[in-house]
Amino acid sequence: MNKAVLEFSSRAENVAFARVTVATFVSQVDFTLPDLEEIKVAVSEAVSNAIIHGYENNPDQVVRLEISIADEYMELVVIDRGIGIEDIEKALEPAFSTDPERMGLGFSFMQSFMDKFNVQSEPGQGTRVKMSRRAGATRRAAVPEQ
Amino acid sequence: MGEIDMSITDALRRDVDRALQQNEVFNIVFDLAGVSFVDSSGLGVILGRYKKVTAAGGRVFLTGAAPQVRKVLELSGLLTLMEEHPSVEHVISKIS
Repeated sequence: MNKAVLEFSSRAENVAFARVTVATFVSQVDFTLPDLEEIKVAVSEAVSNAIIHGYENNPDQVVRLEISIADEYMELVVIDRGIGIEDIEKALEPAFSTDPERMGLGFSFMQSFMDKFNVQSEPGQGTRVKMSRRAGATRRAAVPEQ
Repeated sequence: MGEIDMSITDALRRDVDRALQQNEVFNIVFDLAGVSFVDSSGLGVILGRYKKVTAAGGRVFLTGAAPQVRKVLELSGLLTLMEEHPSVEHVISKIS
């Protein structure tokens, strides 16, 4: 297994840094270019959620990203120590958003572009999103693991 | 334009809204030919402008989306709300 851990400020400009870094790291696995584009979207959504919702756009907090690859498999964990999610089930509903300018599709995209997907959150403690994908697999949208 | 994520959505929203106000725009075309990446933050800007323009009786068109951008548009459902065309010229010829 090959692993990388990143911690970076919860700033909007680091969303691109995160997705490009993940795509570069997991390109050691035999993912196709369209696969990598989908993985980039999932990373972007997870990191954006951490910044926007977890830290309520406070740029002075830290987002932690753990990436691991083995054989034809990648796993990604995005962690924030922000406000957490009161109702995970509600947050996972497609098009659920408290902001009319947002689509509420972040979790839907993560589920669509990954094989496995899991959210753990405690109000006041933060949120941990874990997702994984296997190269070459015939995928259906991931069902959130309980 | 490159990549549309939360780092540019405030500026994009502001610029498009300013253009809508200053030019009394009725219809709007989002030409995505130069866009290599978009996530739900970017789609939110498009959806927000769609709500504004259509509330005033206008229409919103999307053009030139690359396959990876189109996949996200399709998954979001925006392609069921807005007309998609291959180019800006195509839209203009259709509505003029």
